[in-house]
Amino acid sequence: MKALSLVNLRKVYGDTMAVDGVSFHVDYGQVVGLLGPNGAGKTTIINMILSVLEPTAGMIRIENCDTVSQRRRALERTNFAAVYAPLPGNLTVYQNLRVFGLIYGVCDLAARIEEVLEKFDIAQFRNTKCGVLSSGEQTRVGLAKALLNRPRLLLLDEPTASLDPATARDIRTTIRRFVADETVGILWTSHNMAEVESVCDRVLFLSRGRVLLEGDPRTLPADYGRDNLEELFIAVAREPLTLGGNGR
Amino acid sequence: MMRTRPIAAILLRRFYLVRTSPARLLPLFVWSAVDIVLWGFITRYLNVVTAPQIDFVGVLVGAVLFWNFFTRVMFGVTTTFLEDVWSRNFLNLFATPLSIAEYLTGLVISSIATSTIGLAVMLVLAVALFGLPFLVFGLALIPFLLVLFLFGIALGVFAIAMVLRYGPAAEWFAWPIPAVLSPFAAVFYPVAILPTWMQYVARLLPPSYVFESMRAILADAPLVWTDLLWAFSLAGLHILLACGLFIRVYRHAVRTGLLARYTAETIN
Repeated sequence: MKALSLVNLRKVYGDTMAVDGVSFHVDYGQVVGLLGPNGAGKTTIINMILSVLEPTAGMIRIENCDTVSQRRRALERTNFAAVYAPLPGNLTVYQNLRVFGLIYGVCDLAARIEEVLEKFDIAQFRNTKCGVLSSGEQTRVGLAKALLNRPRLLLLDEPTASLDPATARDIRTTIRRFVADETVGILWTSHNMAEVESVCDRVLFLSRGRVLLEGDPRTLPADYGRDNLEELFIAVAREPLTLGGNGR
Repeated sequence: MMRTRPIAAILLRRFYLVRTSPARLLPLFVWSAVDIVLWGFITRYLNVVTAPQIDFVGVLVGAVLFWNFFTRVMFGVTTTFLEDVWSRNFLNLFATPLSIAEYLTGLVISSIATSTIGLAVMLVLAVALFGLPFLVFGLALIPFLLVLFLFGIALGVFAIAMVLRYGPAAEWFAWPIPAVLSPFAAVFYPVAILPTWMQYVARLLPPSYVFESMRAILADAPLVWTDLLWAFSLAGLHILLACGLFIRVYRHAVRTGLLARYTAETIN
């Protein structure tokens, strides 16, 4: 069983093809990087996985649950964190975690809240309203919410974008430990190629709504004649058509 | 099947917000209380300057009380929804296993709690200060409040469907809805006073039957229970239509990407 399977996923807005026949999967114990320039379709794919955007065609299965016909079961097994979706700033950290814990049906919620507060070192902000936290602290609260229901599929859209390097490293370590300890697969988007190289087991390069390249982030640049992942990223962004026949 | 914990989460969130925020707590009853006091004194004045056999307390203060109850119910639904709009919480909320039925149920129960506070305050003021003969309505009170409650829920759901469809700024469509409807609902005067075309509209609005019945009771005229039954049926129909509209708008928002990028407002 896979944490996530996408089959021939498409999204069309009028004349614009935002996602064009994307297929991939995420195995348990694996962190898959979804990379690509702005507008490549990364967030559109994440929104479709989260069922807040309806695909034009294709199929999404989260742990064998179809996101259309078994939406609730699929989303019970999923969670996400994104810089553009902070938790409501007018509730405290604890209140937010309690509300979302109830929605996700988390068992032994009080104990689980304590665990995630400790895990992300935010216990001291328990009674602080999220709106007055720094962006880095808010990101950690968002990640705590994302791990609250012990998801089988975790979607992280630029999770360390607003964090200082030291905190970002701690977060990466925490999430890698979470992958090692739990039965979970992670889909991770980031524009920080060093981070992707250190965290992801596999990467997918998106360009204009299609998966252009796929492979191990540590070996993929050499396969396509580039020195590192960042150069490969720039090549994908600037000259995607030249990459099709270069590698392997 | 609906689950209770997600519904409890919607209620808990509202409780957390109201508990610590005077800006949220006071509007639950202050405007209604002001209306009762204002109309109470107007009524006293009218009782002094008009014929002694006419008592305006029941007709005017009673009407204000019932109409305010209806508006509190409606705003109870819309305000709980707007909290998610104001805090940009749609993505967090709708990317969870929460179903639309659970969400709407949470909004309705939240509205029951908040509108009950407003009703209680209005009752105390109207009875204690102005002698509203509330008990004269007897058993008819039950259908009165039920019809107004159901119609308030229907309009609340209709209003949030509009806000979801047209974006955050569309909340300004929601607030004036009761004021726009009040001339047609015959709150302070009989439906027969209205021009014919307005009477047709009034007949489609469940509150008009409540206010007609209220005046009938105060005038010692016979109460037409079938009218209240019709009003109840109409209110049920309005709820079905409003929920149908909300689900349709929600699906449109999911299909077009409006839900994921809600603040953009312009996605068609």
